Amino acid sequence: MLTNYGYIALLLVVAIFFACSLILIPVVLKLLKIVPQKPNPVKASTFECGMETIGRSWVQFNFRYYFYALILIALDVMVAFLYPWAVDLRQLGVFGLIAALIFIAIIVVGYIYAWRKKVLEWK
Amino acid sequence: MAILSTNPNSFSQLAVLPPDWPGNFWLHWVVFTVIILAFVLNTALIFIWLERRALGRFQVRLGPNRVGPFGLLQPIADVLKLLTKEDMIPAKGDKLVFWLAPLVAFVPVLMIFAVIPFQSGALLADLNIGILYVVAISSVAAVGVFMAGWASNNKYSLIGAMRDVAMLISYEIPIVLSIVGVVLITGSLSLTEIVGAQRDIPFILLQPLGFLIFFIGSLAESNRTPFDLVEADSELVAGYHIEYSGMKFATLFLAEYAEVIAMSALMTTLFLGGWQGPLLPPIIWFLIKVFAVFLFIVWIRSTIPRMRIDQVMAFAWKFLLPLALINLLITSLQVVFWPEASPWLIVFLNLVAMVVLVLSWSRFFRLGGERIEV
Repeated sequence: MLTNYGYIALLLVVAIFFACSLILIPVVLKLLKIVPQKPNPVKASTFECGMETIGRSWVQFNFRYYFYALILIALDVMVAFLYPWAVDLRQLGVFGLIAALIFIAIIVVGYIYAWRKKVLEWK
Repeated sequence: MAILSTNPNSFSQLAVLPPDWPGNFWLHWVVFTVIILAFVLNTALIFIWLERRALGRFQVRLGPNRVGPFGLLQPIADVLKLLTKEDMIPAKGDKLVFWLAPLVAFVPVLMIFAVIPFQSGALLADLNIGILYVVAISSVAAVGVFMAGWASNNKYSLIGAMRDVAMLISYEIPIVLSIVGVVLITGSLSLTEIVGAQRDIPFILLQPLGFLIFFIGSLAESNRTPFDLVEADSELVAGYHIEYSGMKFATLFLAEYAEVIAMSALMTTLFLGGWQGPLLPPIIWFLIKVFAVFLFIVWIRSTIPRMRIDQVMAFAWKFLLPLALINLLITSLQVVFWPEASPWLIVFLNLVAMVVLVLSWSRFFRLGGERIEV
């Protein structure tokens, strides 16, 4: 089984190498004068429909999915626990099913509470 | 406690036959690394061509048809054009992150293909946790997209990147829950065994609701059209890759298409029976199914208009997630109480359950059609 993880690690190395070479080809071509390199301040300015950009973009951004992200954590952990359960459900039988249902029910109560509290609205 | 306790017998069930062709470790690695790279690059080029031609036909025009026969060389011409473009970096951007973003977006998508079986035993690494590995690694690509949006220091790209993360965290749960249904029936996480379990009936029939949820979710995860808010051309101009040019843009674009290929291949493997099929050789069947799924995605792109972000989020959390939980409940009840039932009876029951659930739930739940105040 470790052999297979070796393959994964080797593929990771190859993938990183491949992506790096994709990005670095233009650098080489630039040295060979195939890719043009004529920067000017207007070209390097931030694109925004012809106007000058007002302020920076690296500001405190009001991301509206904050509550979604909180619910995601609970549900994602639940799903991570469901995978080993799902593999073994045939052996676990009725007891395993009931145990998982209680486990899911606890989290679904929180989910329904969030829905009722109108957290699942994009506002 | 029962959830975590593992039966010792289950390990023998998990043990998967090692891929037996070709035998040698390094030879196997070289062959399949080359196959994966060639498959991803060639299929991405063909998909780009196919999508433009098909979209042209859907919109009653010709599409690209000048370069080569039927315009087949158009994607290669595009790549050459991008290769010789000036490599611009925005003056106000974060240079290091700007360089790293295409890399982080592309590498995890390529890693997905390590566990996808092209035919019997023909895969790079036959992990016994195959599908869990795919779930884990496919969400890393969003980090690259977010890095691209953040490093550009452009408000459009930042909004696009934020939307990508919002959609990722919403559609992750329904996708993963619909995969649990497949795992319940198969009793294994290995993709080889999941394909093997579909010898008689593909899981699209046994798990129609699961397939629907997985399909919609993977459209959202790979930012295809009803959910392509990340790069909504009409409002965000191009979203996260607005400041990118040249090969860095090409890499981001390739990552996007590779994700679509990965999702098509996953749908083929999980629900459509993988490489199995009559008469034709397995690899041909695999390619046919992947292309069929992709053409269906293109069809949807030309049919359904883009959704609004609040609708997209509400759709995931109020429609797909409850249905995925109900689907999980139905499947686990069938697996525990009715393991000996005739599969065709279960197919019929699940199809009826899908139709009833989707119709009744869409009655009960309404997407906000009205204007919202932001």
